[in-house]
Amino acid sequence: MTEQMTGAQALVRALEHVGVDTVFGIPGGAILPAYDPLYDSTKVRHVLVRHEQGAGHAAQGYAQATGRVGVCMATSGPGATNLVTPIADAYMDSVPMVAITGQVASAAIGTDAFQEADISGITMPITKHNFLVTDPAEIPRTILEAFHIASTGRPGPVLVDIAKDALQAMTTFPSWPPAMQLPGYRPVTRPHSKQIREAVKLIAEAKRPVLYVGGGVHKAGASPELLEFAELTGIPVVTTLMARGTFPDSHPQHMGMPGMHGSVSAVGALQKSDLLIGLGVRFDDRVTGELSSFAPYAKVVHADIDPAEISKNRHADVPIVGDCKEVLTELIAMVRADDRKGDYTDWWTALGTYKKTYPLGYTEFEDGSLAPQYVMERLSALVGPDAIYTAGVGQHQMWAAQFIGYEKPGTFINSGGAGTMGFAVPAAMGAKMGRPDATVWAIDGDGCFQMTNQELATCTIEGVPIKIAVINNGNLGMVRQWQTLFYNERYSNTDLQTVRRIPDFVKLAEAYGCVGLRCERPEDVDATIEKAMEINDVPVVIDFVVHQDAMVWPMVAAGTSNDDIKFARDMAPVWDSEE
Amino acid sequence: MSRHTLSVLVENKPGVLARVAALFSRRGFNIDSLAVGPTEHADISRMTIVVNVEELPLEQVTKQLNKLINVLKIVELDPGQSVQRELMLIKVRADAETRSNVLELVNLFRARCVDVASDAVTIEVTGTPDKLEAFIKVLEPFGIKELVQSGMVAIGRGARSITDRSLRALDRTA
Repeated sequence: MTEQMTGAQALVRALEHVGVDTVFGIPGGAILPAYDPLYDSTKVRHVLVRHEQGAGHAAQGYAQATGRVGVCMATSGPGATNLVTPIADAYMDSVPMVAITGQVASAAIGTDAFQEADISGITMPITKHNFLVTDPAEIPRTILEAFHIASTGRPGPVLVDIAKDALQAMTTFPSWPPAMQLPGYRPVTRPHSKQIREAVKLIAEAKRPVLYVGGGVHKAGASPELLEFAELTGIPVVTTLMARGTFPDSHPQHMGMPGMHGSVSAVGALQKSDLLIGLGVRFDDRVTGELSSFAPYAKVVHADIDPAEISKNRHADVPIVGDCKEVLTELIAMVRADDRKGDYTDWWTALGTYKKTYPLGYTEFEDGSLAPQYVMERLSALVGPDAIYTAGVGQHQMWAAQFIGYEKPGTFINSGGAGTMGFAVPAAMGAKMGRPDATVWAIDGDGCFQMTNQELATCTIEGVPIKIAVINNGNLGMVRQWQTLFYNERYSNTDLQTVRRIPDFVKLAEAYGCVGLRCERPEDVDATIEKAMEINDVPVVIDFVVHQDAMVWPMVAAGTSNDDIKFARDMAPVWDSEE
Repeated sequence: MSRHTLSVLVENKPGVLARVAALFSRRGFNIDSLAVGPTEHADISRMTIVVNVEELPLEQVTKQLNKLINVLKIVELDPGQSVQRELMLIKVRADAETRSNVLELVNLFRARCVDVASDAVTIEVTGTPDKLEAFIKVLEPFGIKELVQSGMVAIGRGARSITDRSLRALDRTA
């Protein structure tokens, strides 16, 4: 059945067909035609945000909480360029997202027209793909293709830029679904059985194997398979920043998070390993440290859905291209069929020592001021593993990754690859709208919070009762930490003076119609969190005023070897002398 | 470093050249030469890209290229198993006195004289980069006024075609 309608109506109809229920955005001149039929849609809810960056991060939060494609919308020019940061963020963290932008009328393209920006050109390096549509007849098929590309293979952001005249012109809506025209897009999901056999052989021969688990495992929905495989083989597991919760923290085989601020046990496991089984990981520099000395004794099995990730940074002895769920399923079947079994007894003895000798820890302050790590521990204990936590970038993000216990996949949503300040609040908003049943806590820093807190207005008005824990140390804390360690304590431009209450976060929260709470002493933490947990009709902001000298440990200094990890300032772990 | 010739079949769509060129530059690769044009199929364009890289980075850039949605197929052409040609147009100083010497060289190199003026001739020549380089060398003493050169185009020897399969993929979606 075909039907006559405007390009704008075709856009909204196509969004309905692909199952969109929420769009985050802000209207403006070029996208205005699309907002008219959107006003009538009973299936698509448009959430009017306060800044396009918020729309993008909200779409990311929505996508990561639901596993579905997040959608954001903006007008041409500055509206579109304000989406650039979240698009780049989604690209780095492989988040399925479709950004729809209005473009000036096709006749005006290239003339430096009012609010014109070449957003498809600008986003070329940070999108999985993008489209510029000038023909209304192409809108439905392009939307279908955009959602298909964003959500399949290695997920990522796709931008659809639509000229204003294409939105206004009449067109025929095709019978759904239209045929996609993507002859060059064929993601491989099924692993090669020869490589699986090869991997199983190495696993049986290994003495010190490690499962190095990244974001790709949760994206494939493969947490149950990971648990089964880990328990079947008895191999220790490390979960990267993007994989926190993919394997339960409480599981005895979990060694912690690896990387620059990883636990000694996780970093040590990688460094001493003789076989890394990388699943949905990309050997990021924040995990490997100095690449040439990363896991020097290890052979590498590397499974990823993106062939370009394999052997990009570290040579893979056994490359496996495939979806992690299918890879793990095949691995499980092959291990079961194989009668050889690895013997990892000595390995577990060594790992047990690392874990016992170097647990995550922190120092409390003698003046009775608040340690940020304590706030995380209490949040973890009181709020628990069923909640979704979001974080931006910096010290608060690392403490949230270290000191909150994650038991379920997808419960920690943060800006990993891009390291975007201001991610937490809008991402929490998006996550809560995607999963209204879940409790959503944004862990934010006082620097990050000041970048996107205007979305509190959106949260209050749209009825999105998220909770925000601002870890307020009055500084750009992570930068300050580097100044402490590497710049002779010369604190150039990191003091935000937020401790002087400029702004006063409690008053700010109240100005936005939220409940504002403040907590400055350890003994008040539990009561403050509990009070926040009782409020479910409006957002709650807690200003946790913490000591500015708290640092994130352990740490592998940038560019140095993982072997030189320090678990506190100038404190290096003593590895066993077996090597 | 070694020279590699990549034949890249792409969808004939706006912006594809920009996508490919930008990918090379942002991943830190220099393109030695690039030629793009239509093929026997209206929906497919073919790029011939010559890059100077080691084996491993070449594998990486090929994988990244393959991820571009508009890229249909990438084939590395072995110089020994393919015909590789560049086209060059050269304007050389040639008056009545030197013209016959220049024309003799034109014949020797199986080039063609495509324009003649009182004090210059314009020559068209095709061949491998080595041949063109040699040709430039022998013309230099006469005075080269202007020179323009195409990127390399290349095609595999024998009966096999690299477009067959991509055509079938296109037909499936049409």
